[in-house]
Amino acid sequence: MKNFIFERAELDNLVETLKRRGFKVIGPTVRDSAIIYDELTDANDLPIGWTDEQTNGTYRLKRRDDAAVFAWTVGPQSWKKFLFPPIQKIFATHRSTKGLDFPNSKKQAPQESPPIKYAFFGVRSCELNAIAIQDKVFLGGPFIDPLYQRKRTGVFIVAINCNQAGGTCFCASMNTGPKATTGFDLALTEILSDKHHYFVVEAGTELGEDILKNVKCTKATEENLATIKNITEQTVTQMSRSLDTANLKNILYQSSEHPRWERTASLCLTCTNCTMVCPTCFCATVEDVTDLAGKQADRIRKWDSCFTLDFSYIHGGSVRTSTKARYRQWMTHKLASWVDQFGTFGCVGCGRCITWCPVGIDITEEARAIRENQP
Amino acid sequence: MATAPDLQSLKVDYKRNPMLPWPFQIRRVKHETEDTFTIELQPSGDLEEFTFQPGQFNMVYVYGVGEIPISISGDPANPRTLVHTTRAVGSVTKAMDKMRRGDILGIRGPYGTPWPIDHANGQDVVFVAGGIGLAPLRPVLYEVVAQRERYGKVVLLYGTRTPSDVLFRQELENWRARFDLEIYVTVDRAMSGWRGNVGVVTNLISRAPFDPRNTMAFVCGPEVMMRFTTMELHKRGVDNEHIFVSMERNMKCAIGLCGHCQFGSVFVCKDGPVFRYSQIKDMLVKWEI
Ligand SMILES: Cc1cc2nc3c(=O)[nH]c(=O)nc-3n(C[C@H](O)[C@H](O)[C@H](O)COP(=O)(O)OP(=O)(O)OC[C@H]3O[C@@H](n4cnc5c(N)ncnc54)[C@H](O)[C@@H]3O)c2cc1C
Ligand code: SF4
Ligand code: FES
Repeated sequence: MKNFIFERAELDNLVETLKRRGFKVIGPTVRDSAIIYDELTDANDLPIGWTDEQTNGTYRLKRRDDAAVFAWTVGPQSWKKFLFPPIQKIFATHRSTKGLDFPNSKKQAPQESPPIKYAFFGVRSCELNAIAIQDKVFLGGPFIDPLYQRKRTGVFIVAINCNQAGGTCFCASMNTGPKATTGFDLALTEILSDKHHYFVVEAGTELGEDILKNVKCTKATEENLATIKNITEQTVTQMSRSLDTANLKNILYQSSEHPRWERTASLCLTCTNCTMVCPTCFCATVEDVTDLAGKQADRIRKWDSCFTLDFSYIHGGSVRTSTKARYRQWMTHKLASWVDQFGTFGCVGCGRCITWCPVGIDITEEARAIRENQP
Repeated sequence: MATAPDLQSLKVDYKRNPMLPWPFQIRRVKHETEDTFTIELQPSGDLEEFTFQPGQFNMVYVYGVGEIPISISGDPANPRTLVHTTRAVGSVTKAMDKMRRGDILGIRGPYGTPWPIDHANGQDVVFVAGGIGLAPLRPVLYEVVAQRERYGKVVLLYGTRTPSDVLFRQELENWRARFDLEIYVTVDRAMSGWRGNVGVVTNLISRAPFDPRNTMAFVCGPEVMMRFTTMELHKRGVDNEHIFVSMERNMKCAIGLCGHCQFGSVFVCKDGPVFRYSQIKDMLVKWEI
């Protein structure tokens, strides 16, 4: 294991180094009363001295009385929006006097600018797992999504190990956190005591180690590592929610007519919030639009949600007309069919769907209610 | 933790970008019925041939309008002509209906699982089609007719709304004239002059000439029709393992990426559309899955 420590001031240097290496550095920043992800000019853009309060249907930023950089948890956005953008052009077709020109016809060789090289700065363990899950969905085959692949290849990841649990987190149940174990180039842990504010950093790749050469580091001691271990354990005990995953897939498959679905459906507004904030939801629709002259037709891919009526429309009507069927589809997909499809749950325990549901429906509560009332 | 595929080993290959349609030119349009038409297409770009297996479908793109899944209805032995039979029901299919010889469509495919006709060697074969469901079955019928000696009895049970909705009339006549094919057509509502059966297609199953213990059944039609058909076949003693159905779900990508076609744990686009009935039976009997 390659662990080092560096002082808080060196964090600025780490961001700088990544920029100098040609990365577009994306990280957390405060905007419109939330912590979101956007391009960082420098480390001062980070949410220094902020924290958040989250519970069912509630998210609030609060000032801290210290200058902690990462003492908050995930907000409404996830890294998904960079790898799988909410709106993305798939291709354009042109009409001229000679007829239609398709991107696949001989005449028009695809001209692409080189892809943006992203560095994701401050990726939490649940989010690393979400990225790994989407990698499976989009790159696992038999068909590979070339748009995702283009953005995903070469992303540099700086993970941040959580030192406090958010109000709706349950990553410990999903085995996806709070400490990053794989899938990063560098993983940071922030340690802030009265006198000393510093980071322990673990290099996960050679490139990560190479980047660190530009940051003033010293080797981490046994004591540093013990401190991290403590922090992780404390974070786990802070987590107020849990989701029992034992035999969960079969329980849900057998519970398609459970009365709980009706009850939840009576609350759910089918607003699609839960699917929009979810870092693993991958459903998309397409729109075909032409310019006014009809000379160019674009095919656009947009995020979609299984909570809409249109989602399952086939000639004659939608398959899932009731809210019950749509909520059941979403939750059964996350916690059961996803396992059959991709060998992992589609939930990483980030709690976003709980926080951002306007009526505060809690997936951990729903799963518990179904498990505990088996016929 | 989910492990990611090796990113470096995946090279971007634009020639095989599965999201890009290929241009195909319409060579012939044939109106089968008032609302259903068959188009014959030829590649107009780099492609020379279009090979497929019976039961597979394409994504058909109409410039600026949309892209929809349509089964291939032509003869697999003729890869130079791509054939689709479509019922005009909504925006894309109606736009297709307006197209003429020389017009260009975008095609991606072929996608999906084929009818496993190889498994039917030496057995009776029963096709049950409802409405436009005959189109995805026609390629496998061609194949069976071409290699007729491989199979026992070959039966087609086909139900449609009215006599004027009967598809592929000429072909059905030709097949009916052969002594080695059993063709039964039924309509929901008859008009004067109709001498065939009246009633739902499932009514034909109990009397159809096949040996249920040695039969492979291929079923395609509306979901309710398939529910009842599979029940009737099962009642006659056909094993659920020997029944194959072609499922239909909303599809936006056909390559397992958009999520729309999910049917319980399967993706109809990549795990289907043809499924062994025993695989999806539990889901087919539940509502709104
Ligand atoms: C595997 C497969 C094979 C098919 N083969 C044929 C065929 O050979 N011949 C034929 O006539 N029809 C076939 N269909 C049905 C055909 O795809 C729909 O009739 C068509 O999508 C309707 O599109 P529209 O824009 O004209 O209708 P609209 O009602 O305007 O539909 C709007 C949108 O809803 C979706 N949609 C509507 N109906 C369906 C449907 N039945 N299935 C999937 N998506 C739908 C489409 O995305 C469509 O763009 C097949 C469907 C599937 C899934
Ligand atoms: S569960 Fe909540 S967030 Fe999701 S669709 Fe229903 S009301 Fe909206
Ligand atoms: S049609 Fe998109 S996943 Fe099947």
